[in-house]
Amino acid sequence: MSTVSDDALLEVGPLNKAFGTTPVLRDVSLTVRKGEFMTLLGPSGCGKTTTLRIIAGFEAPDGGRVRLSGVDVTDTPAYERDVHTVFQHYALFPHLSVADNIAFGMRMDKVPEDEIRRRVPEALSMVKLSGFEARRIQSLSGGQMQRVALARAIAGRPAVLLLDEPLGALDLKLRKEMQLELKNLQRRLGLAFIYVTHDQEEAMTMSDRIAVFNAGRIEQVGTPGEIYEMPKTSFVADFIGGANIFSAKVLPGAAGRAHLMLEDEYELDVPLDPYETLPEAGARVKIAIRPERVKVFYKDELPFGLIRFDAILKDTVFLGDACQIYLQMFKKAPERLAIAWAGGDRYAVHDDMDVPVIAAVQPEDVYILERDDA
Amino acid sequence: MDRALSWLLGGRKPAASHLLLAPASLWLIFFLIIPAGGLVLLSFAKTGPYGAIVWEFGFQNYRRAFDTKYLPVFARTLAFAGGTTALCLVLGYPLAYYLTFRAGRWRNALLVGLMVPFWSSCLVAYYSWMIVLGKEGLLNTALIRAGFLSAPIGFLYTPFAILLGLVYFYLPFTVLPLYASLEKVPRSVIEAAYDLGAGRWTAFFKVTLPLSLPGVVAGCVLTFIPCLGDFLTVEILGGPRYYLLGNLISNQFMMAQDWPFGSALTSILLAGLVGGLWLYQRWEKA
Repeated sequence: MSTVSDDALLEVGPLNKAFGTTPVLRDVSLTVRKGEFMTLLGPSGCGKTTTLRIIAGFEAPDGGRVRLSGVDVTDTPAYERDVHTVFQHYALFPHLSVADNIAFGMRMDKVPEDEIRRRVPEALSMVKLSGFEARRIQSLSGGQMQRVALARAIAGRPAVLLLDEPLGALDLKLRKEMQLELKNLQRRLGLAFIYVTHDQEEAMTMSDRIAVFNAGRIEQVGTPGEIYEMPKTSFVADFIGGANIFSAKVLPGAAGRAHLMLEDEYELDVPLDPYETLPEAGARVKIAIRPERVKVFYKDELPFGLIRFDAILKDTVFLGDACQIYLQMFKKAPERLAIAWAGGDRYAVHDDMDVPVIAAVQPEDVYILERDDA
Repeated sequence: MDRALSWLLGGRKPAASHLLLAPASLWLIFFLIIPAGGLVLLSFAKTGPYGAIVWEFGFQNYRRAFDTKYLPVFARTLAFAGGTTALCLVLGYPLAYYLTFRAGRWRNALLVGLMVPFWSSCLVAYYSWMIVLGKEGLLNTALIRAGFLSAPIGFLYTPFAILLGLVYFYLPFTVLPLYASLEKVPRSVIEAAYDLGAGRWTAFFKVTLPLSLPGVVAGCVLTFIPCLGDFLTVEILGGPRYYLLGNLISNQFMMAQDWPFGSALTSILLAGLVGGLWLYQRWEKA
């Protein structure tokens, strides 16, 4: 996303950063709009936390700028930036009461005490902890500490709120609750959130836009729908939702469509999205097919309009809400199994192994990804 | 043996837990309770001619100890111990802070360096200081050569030399607890202070310092207490004019051959220490 709209609140990039000789960020550029929930998503060590720490002012980039509300704050120390952070392990002040924790930032900003007395309960009620003012930090549960950390960060009304895997230490049920609560809070406050997580489901649930990080780069920025339906790289396709990734050769074809030779065996003709470009004929590209979009037929019925693969069923795994079916799709590469998801009705799935089946996908469910130069 | 133990433990049958506690209990009994008990007992005895101990009990040794002529010794001891502790804290806190937050990969080397005086015999250390501080010592020679002095100054046998020796020897006692407690302050909590708008000094005074207070108190206690009983420093660097409680006690045992009076002085010191530690523990729990 290189387009900078008028309501851009935070613009960073192109950030470069190395720790010693290890590069951790390579040309990372990002724009966050007013009131937007932006998630930085990626596996550990991908640079998402470093990006957040550069925005917060805890790290200086080797190259690139950070602009907040149109002002270059790259050289502004953390304590003078109008951003607040919710830390991974809360980082509450253990020697202060809940109220003093929340008031800390406002006292630093010289907010009058009578206004602080008004805003502390307000912040606590927003995180549903009314009446906790006098409690000691040590007496709180993990979920309550998380809420206090959140209240402390929003009480000072920053321009942007940074959240570094804030739900990572909570159990699954609490995490799900907090995800919805965070999203509601963000909408209510109209505050821009930059949220770091490695959990793709969390990112899909909460975000307006997601920036997918891999090995120090941003692979793709887009809405959850765009990221899921139009992945640009095999990493994005695989990391978000999971995907069967294959290699294909580009054959000459009609405009607006891609004519491909998949793994030297199947010829496909799939439509291109508008603005999607295809490498020249003869080049190799990677393609992705989502497991849940692969349909498996046990009888030889040719489904109309679908791309047909003659496959052999190798294994079936029942997972409760779904069945995972392993398929051998290619005669030339029998070890390369494809995965299909079927619904949770286990009796609809055959238990036999090594039987011929038909696997089929809609042409538009074949995603064309980056060039395959390997 | 078992029966003796059970008697010592208050008549209860030696259950398995008692047996497991036995090594520690025996250690305490033989090396703490028996000697200290003997000492307290001895403090009530009388001294006969030529240092003989007369087992007639009374409070005469305590009356003597609280005689006004020993008051300056107690006062001086408290002053030196307090002064040493304060100096160790002022010097030790920045040092511990540097070790924790700034030293980086040099940290371990510096920690070992800090421990060296601690491991070497303090006799060696103090005789080395004599060589440095003496009238013809390194310091005087250097100052005269540099033109700052025309005649040598007697650094030795002054309160300055005593404080120097005490601070030199007890600094690790202050720094190590400080270091341990600064090390435990999570970096993210300090970052949270910056994040919420606190500058370096504010973050230090509002967050780092309060969170390292247990280390400050532990460091002070660990420095102050052994300072109270120190006698070697004064013996070597201080000379007889400034003798402290430790010297007074050691004199009773080594020179005056008045063991009961020495025991009474030691018991007073011990009672003070135990009382102080009790207060410290109460503070820690609160």
